[in-house]
Amino acid sequence: MADFFAMGGHAFYVWGSFGVSALFIIVEIVMVKQRRRTILQRLSRIMRIKAEEAKRHET
Amino acid sequence: MSSINWFKYASPPTFYPLAGRLAPLFGVLAVVLMVVGLYLSFFVAPTDYKQGEGYRIMFIHVPAAWMSMFIYLVMAMWAAIGLAFKTRVSAMMSQALAPTGAMFTFLALWTGALWGKPMWGAWWVWDARLTSELILLFLYFGFMALHASIDDPRRADKASALLALVGAVNIPIIYYSVQWWNTLHQGASISPGAAPSMTSIMLTTLLIMTAACWSYAIAVVLSRVRSIILERERNTDWVASVVGPDNRGGRG
Repeated sequence: MADFFAMGGHAFYVWGSFGVSALFIIVEIVMVKQRRRTILQRLSRIMRIKAEEAKRHET
Repeated sequence: MSSINWFKYASPPTFYPLAGRLAPLFGVLAVVLMVVGLYLSFFVAPTDYKQGEGYRIMFIHVPAAWMSMFIYLVMAMWAAIGLAFKTRVSAMMSQALAPTGAMFTFLALWTGALWGKPMWGAWWVWDARLTSELILLFLYFGFMALHASIDDPRRADKASALLALVGAVNIPIIYYSVQWWNTLHQGASISPGAAPSMTSIMLTTLLIMTAACWSYAIAVVLSRVRSIILERERNTDWVASVVGPDNRGGRG
């Protein structure tokens, strides 16, 4: 097990490559989800405001 | 072929749900391929007789480098289609591809540095392959910055599409740099019409890792383009019918 993580003395380089790649992939997925949540919240807020305005005009 | 109306898919209301159905499929495929690819990378592929265990960086470095170039070509292709046919989705696709392309370019440079240090003794050298790959990263940044700096989206699409097309000339330069110039970087491990210069299990692993990156890129780009479509079509009726007033980031 320790041998595996040592990567024949290249542990820093091998895990530095795969680790940072994994980190970037996770960050990108989070950012994509965040962007989707932001635009959906913004759109539904605009729609609620519009609906309220329409109601006010009726009364 | 002719029975399918391709322009139908170029309209945001049709493309939006299509992307929503395809993205999770490619996401699942990416996870499966990544698990298999990583298992092969670390437990099946044999130790290299010259580079020891350090060569395993190849299994992420080479796919990242391939993706960086391939995504740029796809991005430039969508940009060209957008210029030629004025289809709205094309420009949005090229916008959605840029951040993922930039990410893979950075990872190719990063893993290259971490591979270069133990094997060449240097994190970085200003040789043709590395320099042209760095220029690719700046092209991605320039593409995104140019689009963000122009307020009118149509004009932003046009200007950034031109940049993407002009920058495409860098791709063959990256690809052939190891043949055209004397460089520290090794030649292509796999090229069309030549026997690959590695054992078949290493080659299989490399191809599976590449397929994993490919599926990942498709999944994440399709997810991102859905947000871009909503952002840019926000004033249309079809977006209003898709989103609804109580949507807080769930499905839809």
